[in-house]
Amino acid sequence: MSVLVYTENWDGKFKKLSFELVSFAKGIAEMTGTSVTALSIGNVDAEELNKLGNYGASKIVEVKDDRLNHLINGAYSSIISQVAEKEGSSVVILSNNNTGKALAPRVSVKLKAGLVAGVNALPSSANPFIIKKKAFTGKAFANVKVKSDKKILTLNQNSFGVKESGGSASVEAFSPSLNDADFKTEVKDVHKVTGKVLLTDAEIVVSGGRGMKGPENWGPIEELAGLLGAATACSRPVSDEGWRPHEEHTGQTGKIIAPNLYIAAGISGAIQHVAGISSSKCIVAINKDNEAPIFEAADYGVIGDVMQVLPALIDAVKSFKSEN
Amino acid sequence: MKILICISNVPDTTTKIRFVNDNTAFDTNGVQWIINPWDELALTRALELKEGSSGAIEKVSVISVGPQSSEPTLRKALAIGADDAIRVNAEPKDAFAVAQQLAEAIKDEGYDLIISGIESSDYNGAAVGGMLAEFLGIASVSSVSGINFESGGFQVKREIDGGSEMVAAQTPFVAIIQKGVAIVPRIPSMRGIMQARTKPLKVVESSATDNLTEFVDYELPPAKAACKMVDPENMKELVNLLHTEAKVL
Repeated sequence: MSVLVYTENWDGKFKKLSFELVSFAKGIAEMTGTSVTALSIGNVDAEELNKLGNYGASKIVEVKDDRLNHLINGAYSSIISQVAEKEGSSVVILSNNNTGKALAPRVSVKLKAGLVAGVNALPSSANPFIIKKKAFTGKAFANVKVKSDKKILTLNQNSFGVKESGGSASVEAFSPSLNDADFKTEVKDVHKVTGKVLLTDAEIVVSGGRGMKGPENWGPIEELAGLLGAATACSRPVSDEGWRPHEEHTGQTGKIIAPNLYIAAGISGAIQHVAGISSSKCIVAINKDNEAPIFEAADYGVIGDVMQVLPALIDAVKSFKSEN
Repeated sequence: MKILICISNVPDTTTKIRFVNDNTAFDTNGVQWIINPWDELALTRALELKEGSSGAIEKVSVISVGPQSSEPTLRKALAIGADDAIRVNAEPKDAFAVAQQLAEAIKDEGYDLIISGIESSDYNGAAVGGMLAEFLGIASVSSVSGINFESGGFQVKREIDGGSEMVAAQTPFVAIIQKGVAIVPRIPSMRGIMQARTKPLKVVESSATDNLTEFVDYELPPAKAACKMVDPENMKELVNLLHTEAKVL
């Protein structure tokens, strides 16, 4: 018996979200009286692997294979399933990020394990297994009962938090059995943007809407984001107009994010936009229309012209940074 | 070549969400049902590919699992331009059951590319596409933001953290798409709406009903405290509040 958590790596390194996943797995293991096994696929050095022990993993299963340098859904989900079988895992946990969304459904079918995607907290009951997830794109929550013996959960990023438990883990190498049928996709070309804060990882996000009036006015958004170490985002009309790239579109049909601070500049706050940002810990809205629905979602509001408020906010942040 | 789009019938994205029967059921009263936004983009892109393929892509089909009341959504897909439609006559219980039902309905139909939206805007399972690929034993590529048809094969663009990859997949495969494959969904023309009435819509029964999860009940997010207004002339105060009160700076 164990709780298995798949900890993805980025160029051999884990992220905060990896530690959050292990912390969450530890919480489930405590509820069900078992321990946490973490699965790592790819080249991660011993020092990095050992970090997982600090968040509650007691065992780490390591798979290395040069064919696995890029995500291959067939092969990766096969490995996760094999390790889950070997470890007798009753619960398998992945992130609700691109990778988790790609793999969890396939693992679910392989293990005949009920999948609950996008959970935020520990189950309210372990037997029957009932856990809360987001539904209607953040407009509601659903309590879902998993009827199968095995369960798969994907955790929303920045929802559970990181909890150090101060343990250490043993590392065991595993050679999965893979065949050609697991390798039906091939990456031909990779295009990477470096040096930008990823929207999904960002603790602070500065976002602009149609109230910014045009792409030429994005200077203050980028300057403020730079000062705060934040990612930049935008509303749907802005990406539809081509003012900003689609990767920045935040909302129901774009990216769903949960940063600690979300600053919405010139965004009116349509229900679809709010659905994508409502899990943010703190929302600041800047809009000249005092009836804009964004103020219903916001914690702090500033009624004014973004072109005047943003430079003032930048100055205030600069003097705050110099004092702290 | 044949392309299939999996369609989910969902409440309009502007719907105010309410629940009935002691919060155990979604209140469908007055709800407008639409094609799941991502599925609509998938259909739009499939039609563009077909039109640009000089006949190499012969057909774009749509499929949905749902009761008869969901048929208008399939008819809308036909009006947008799909050639034919399949409805699996069953109440969609969970992603696992739906994927099983879809797999059963299409396993002998010979589709080369199956496209599903990354998730449905109601239950947000992000699961049917991947599960369907696994049930059919074929490849899947997720987070797809572009699909091209070149020299007889499909190439997809996959979003990764901080960038993208071009991926070649052996057909048949499932592409699980997000925004980017198309930007603006195609809307039905008057001629399309007329034609849709006579396009084939096949209803198939399903024996597979293996749901592994069950929605017990629902809750709405807790009401938010009122927004605290800050004087636009006093951004120092805002920064101070974010630092000392919200503790996010």
